[in-house]
Amino acid sequence: MNLRLLLLSLCVVSLSACGEGLRLEEGEDYPGGDTTNFLLLGAQAFTFPASNLTEDERTLFFSGNAFFNQAWVVAPASTSSRDGVGPLFHARSCSTCHARDGRSGPPEGDEAITRGVVLFSIGNAPDGAPLPDPVYGPQLQPFGVPGVPGEASPHLRYEEREGRYDDGEIYSLRVPTLELRDPAYGPFHPDLGASVRMAPAMVGLGLLEAIPVADLEALADPDDRDGDGISGELQRLPDGRIGRFGWKAGQPTVRDQSAAAFAGDMGLTNTDRSEGPCTEAQTECMEAPNGGDPEVSDEILDRVALYSQTLAVPARPRAAEVLEGRELMHTLGCTSCHTPTHVTGPTEPSSLAHQRIFPYTDLLLHDMGPELADGRAEYEASGSEWRTPPLWGVGLVPRVNGHDALMHDGRARGFAEAILWHGGEGAASAAAFRALSREERALLVEFLESL
Amino acid sequence: MKTVINFGVALAMLGCGDDPAGLPASTEAAVSDYTALVHANYEDAVTAAMELQAANAALVADASDATLQAAKDAWLDARPTYLQTEVFRFYDGPIDGDDGDPEGRINAWPMDESTVDYVDGVDDSGRIADESFTIDEESLASGNGEGGDTDVTLGWHPIEFLLWGQDLTAPSERMPGQRPFTDYSTADHADRRGEYLLATNAILVADLQAVADEWAPDQDNYRQHLLDAPPGDVLQKILTGMIVLSGFETGGERLQAALDAGDQEEEHSCFSDNTKVDMVEDVRGVQNVWLGRYRRRDGSMVTGTGIETVVRELNPSLADDLTARIQTSLDLAEALENPFDLEIQPDNAAGNARVQALIDSLRMQEQLLSQVFVDLGFSVPSPE
Repeated sequence: MNLRLLLLSLCVVSLSACGEGLRLEEGEDYPGGDTTNFLLLGAQAFTFPASNLTEDERTLFFSGNAFFNQAWVVAPASTSSRDGVGPLFHARSCSTCHARDGRSGPPEGDEAITRGVVLFSIGNAPDGAPLPDPVYGPQLQPFGVPGVPGEASPHLRYEEREGRYDDGEIYSLRVPTLELRDPAYGPFHPDLGASVRMAPAMVGLGLLEAIPVADLEALADPDDRDGDGISGELQRLPDGRIGRFGWKAGQPTVRDQSAAAFAGDMGLTNTDRSEGPCTEAQTECMEAPNGGDPEVSDEILDRVALYSQTLAVPARPRAAEVLEGRELMHTLGCTSCHTPTHVTGPTEPSSLAHQRIFPYTDLLLHDMGPELADGRAEYEASGSEWRTPPLWGVGLVPRVNGHDALMHDGRARGFAEAILWHGGEGAASAAAFRALSREERALLVEFLESL
Repeated sequence: MKTVINFGVALAMLGCGDDPAGLPASTEAAVSDYTALVHANYEDAVTAAMELQAANAALVADASDATLQAAKDAWLDARPTYLQTEVFRFYDGPIDGDDGDPEGRINAWPMDESTVDYVDGVDDSGRIADESFTIDEESLASGNGEGGDTDVTLGWHPIEFLLWGQDLTAPSERMPGQRPFTDYSTADHADRRGEYLLATNAILVADLQAVADEWAPDQDNYRQHLLDAPPGDVLQKILTGMIVLSGFETGGERLQAALDAGDQEEEHSCFSDNTKVDMVEDVRGVQNVWLGRYRRRDGSMVTGTGIETVVRELNPSLADDLTARIQTSLDLAEALENPFDLEIQPDNAAGNARVQALIDSLRMQEQLLSQVFVDLGFSVPSPE
């Protein structure tokens, strides 16, 4: 244990949460500012609208809520505004993966992945866009409407790998391997790369969208000029916009992300994404009826986007009790990427503007090392780079979604494993975590659980 | 807005394990009487679901216009009793704790009509027509459809669908769904339809009974857990149910969304055109808890110390405001005209205004109830 950590641990022993030195920062317990949900902190903790929405915004929120949570049906149907799922798809509703607006986890045992997606690419176009598999398209769609075979069944196999904390305690990480069983349209492309992605929690997205670009640029340090080993990079998309959403920040806005998910995950066309989910080789898919053109009207897309922007971040009633753990976040260097706080700029809806928020992310791309790499590059993000995910609300996922799976593919079982998986730019922090005492590790985990 | 800031200050000042503000003396009695009221209401909900089951069994045994009508009447008669229990949701109690169960099996909406039975334009859709699907309680309860979703195929609304059928007439015709009784005698798959109806009704009874058991007196159950908990914590739960049912659930999810869509599909009891009753009885449930009284199905009254008494000790004018506000919401819900799908049509200005007035009143009700939270000095409730 180095001196700094030793000193810190001594401090920790002598300090209570109410002691001198460690103080709750103003607003830290209301991480979404005035938008924070302070009422529902159990299984429904992520389902509430921003507390300060106008009545008109609330109306749109509740409409969006209906279209987000209710299943889309096979065309044709009497429910004309809700039909057209597929012909190939991964889910029939947004809430399949984002259950109770929360985070998805990998399946138990040998079951197929149903609450997450598998993205494909066979390389990249000159502008960085991933190139789809010529037969299977840009992502796996395991399900089809009647008469259209689903593409394949995705399963995860794990191999346990043991490691040791510096104090000798043994831990085990599970290394996932993806298996695509029963491909229905012939062999995959020989260069196929496949990336398993769990669905993130939906809270606070409009606030992340409203962090000024200049603030993110100020955090970026692509050439590591300050020599701290951390080289955050902005995701600049071919159209010049900044990517913020998705595990590699491939989408610039909540609306773009929503449109892409409707099209890719559910097979629902919209004005942003007019092409259906079928490739030329998938003849049954090409011939199946659709649910209108577009299947998702602009009115519905707008409402789902507003809903997704304004789901409130839950309050942190235990914030004052976990200040030692918060301190360790800083000491270990976690906050070099998981930037604790930002102030939102002007934005629509205006309820989200000018809020002091505590998302614990810099929204930048970081190299996380070969172990976490999926080999699937996306614009500025290489095969081993990932966007720092926000951490707010992450402690409530077990309550909301009944699992503690973390990282892009859900491989980590709880916070300690998630930290231990950090490689590349995060390797030094992971090593510092391994060097902590058992008590200190527990303090850090307790802090994360309080988010 | 102001509420949030107040909370922030309160929370920041508490933080270090200070005692919460003193609770009104009546809190303990109010909590205890609440648990008795909840149990009485769920007991009645079980009774109502069993009466429905008897009527459905009579329909399946001997289908006719009369037995179909009797089953519909039993459904309509059961709904108010269940709806009044909805104010016991939203605090992770027995009705919607882990994974939202069993509420998702009892009252989920909208339902997947075509996963259950035939729909307009598709004569052979659904599990009823799919002879390879075994219809029994076990297979229905396992419920996971293809596509990874849990299809909504169980509970009050699927039973409603199986009794009324799709509402295919224009709202202006003021007619609910027109399923013929022959669906249970001479139509294709009539036997399987009857089996489905009775199986989903049996699951409903069992789920409601399980919830009622958690509220039974003198057992090692959720009720006892609440009685052993600090009364302030329980009062927070009670208020949370009232706040969320008023503003988020009834005002927002059920009314604002429906008005925005202006769509016939967007009403909860869309097959029976019974949606107005949903609104009225949800508000009545809030009033029951507020006043500490509940009229049982047999006409007898359960009475006790209501939340009103607790708030009156604290802030008499807030208690007066809330008593008046909840009554206003109830009156405005009663003032809705049937059918609800006609009220939300974009060209029905008067109907839209009636719906909007109820939304506004429920929003004020939510805000007044939130003020109780603040006056009690509650910080945010802790997750369990």
